[in-house]
Amino acid sequence: MPDVAVLNAEDLTLKYDQRCVVDGLSVEIPEGRVTMIVGANACGKSTLLRGLSRLLKPAGGAVTLDGKDIHTRPARELARTLGLLPQHPTAPDGITVRDLVGRGRYPHQGFFRSWSEKDDLAVQRALEATETLALAGRNVDELSGGQRQRVWIAMALAQETDILLLDEPTTYLDLAHQVEVLDLVTDLNRRRGTTVAIVLHDLNLAARYADNVIAMKAGAVVAEGTPGEVVTEDLVRSVFNLESRVIPDPVSGTPLIIPIGRHHVPTELELVS
Amino acid sequence: MTGQRRGRILLNRTAFLATGVVILFFVSVLLGSYTVTIPDFFTIVYNHLTGGPRIPGASFIVMENKLPRAVIGTMIGLAFGLAGALFQTMLRNPLASPDIIGISYGASAAAVVAIVIFGASGAVVSGAALVGALAVAGLIYAISSGGIRGGGRGNAAGNRLVLAGVGIAAALHAVVNFLMTRADIRTAADALVWLNGSLNSANWDRAGILFLALAVLLPAVGVIAGPLRILELGDDTAAGLGIRVNAARLALVIIAVTLAAVATAAAGPVSFVAFLAGPIARRFTGKASLPASALVGAVIVLAADFLAANLAPLVLDGTVLPVGVITGALGAPFLLWLLVTNNRKDA
Repeated sequence: MPDVAVLNAEDLTLKYDQRCVVDGLSVEIPEGRVTMIVGANACGKSTLLRGLSRLLKPAGGAVTLDGKDIHTRPARELARTLGLLPQHPTAPDGITVRDLVGRGRYPHQGFFRSWSEKDDLAVQRALEATETLALAGRNVDELSGGQRQRVWIAMALAQETDILLLDEPTTYLDLAHQVEVLDLVTDLNRRRGTTVAIVLHDLNLAARYADNVIAMKAGAVVAEGTPGEVVTEDLVRSVFNLESRVIPDPVSGTPLIIPIGRHHVPTELELVS
Repeated sequence: MTGQRRGRILLNRTAFLATGVVILFFVSVLLGSYTVTIPDFFTIVYNHLTGGPRIPGASFIVMENKLPRAVIGTMIGLAFGLAGALFQTMLRNPLASPDIIGISYGASAAAVVAIVIFGASGAVVSGAALVGALAVAGLIYAISSGGIRGGGRGNAAGNRLVLAGVGIAAALHAVVNFLMTRADIRTAADALVWLNGSLNSANWDRAGILFLALAVLLPAVGVIAGPLRILELGDDTAAGLGIRVNAARLALVIIAVTLAAVATAAAGPVSFVAFLAGPIARRFTGKASLPASALVGAVIVLAADFLAANLAPLVLDGTVLPVGVITGALGAPFLLWLLVTNNRKDA
């Protein structure tokens, strides 16, 4: 698809007040693929996502979309191309699922263009894709954590953007729901060609679901590439300061990290490896 | 319950509230300690507009007292209701209404300063109240804006704003009390109106100014209501949906503060109206709704003023109470009831 948008960070510096979190970072979010951004706590991965999605204004460098600085573009126009699901979205009290998902259409509406059939269709498609159609009339606060996360993803889908950024979309979900959410995002990528970038804590799930992995440490990118290239015992040691074994995932063949802590480890393991 | 059914309920109940406002408006003009018949009312208004003969006594009471009183009561009710709902929705905090966070107190304090220290009266006092409300709002915004700019997460910005407001309200409270103890008894009586909120000195000049202010502010609320629906989803989500969060929030604060300020300048800080209108509207319509909140505000003020002007004198040997005394007396228990029943539902 030639007209798919490309998101780039060039020599990007991001600061909170005076504290520099990301310093001179350059990275490309490859179009039409699923990119996972991984790293230890406080390595700047969420900050990078905030910078990429315009929540944080760069202190230096630029984030460009199709070569144009995202901070020079009108906010709504940008929101029709670049969608974001933040880590802690808040649902207003008493809002129904359909109403919430419908608010994803905001950037497509204007002062003179109110709700249309096209919006209805987009909401319907988003509800179907996330299998939340049956919940459409329910209150969001009545839903379980997994259902609620699907509804928020539905809202982001209704926005119909070429690029979707998700900040730890699996936090607080049990394993089954984590897999469900990642499957859903992969569906979206495979069916619509949406470029997806996800900040994810779980390295094994990241390795399983990513086409492209960006590993970060102390505000810089330390490795980038396919999971097979990037996720190695050396990387886990340098990024997470953790000894591990990396074996092929028996299900998918992608790298599977087996952590080695101080307990429950037979002493002869050193000899084996 | 489907979404469409909810929408219909919201619409029906909003229409019901609008009808309630109209009925209460006519009740307060026609009934009470001085009763006017409906034909007389229309004759009086028609003759007043066309310069026809006046009905002795009745014309004066309707045109100079009851009608401006009801008109101002309706308008300040709408303004307080909207101001409260805008703040509460934007900051996702039911405590964040202008009367709680000190904006109304800014108006009171400025009005009392103008009366007690400068011996001002009439429009000057209203002007001082307006300036006081805006100044306090600016101060609160400046104090809490560090939190607003850096606060991407949760309700930090809203909580800072509420805390800053409560602190400033306490300081202003001290200023007002100090001035009241220094003022002579007649000046203090004048100033007291500005502490309670009262429609007793309603007149057409005030009604006219208020009308002009609302003619600008209500369309502004209509424009900002769209972005507000998105801001409700959290700052990050809103930014992702193409809202300029800081600009939208600043516009909302200015509109809501001005609404509260012009209403306070017209009738003093009628307590609890801004605070209660939003939650009552949501209880009643099942959904946060700006038009319903505005209408509930008008219902509260009109009903409370009818009690203050007509029923209170029967019990209290002819004393016409300021409307703020009634809203305060009814508002506080109602707030507690709201809290108790709300907890039960959530538990």
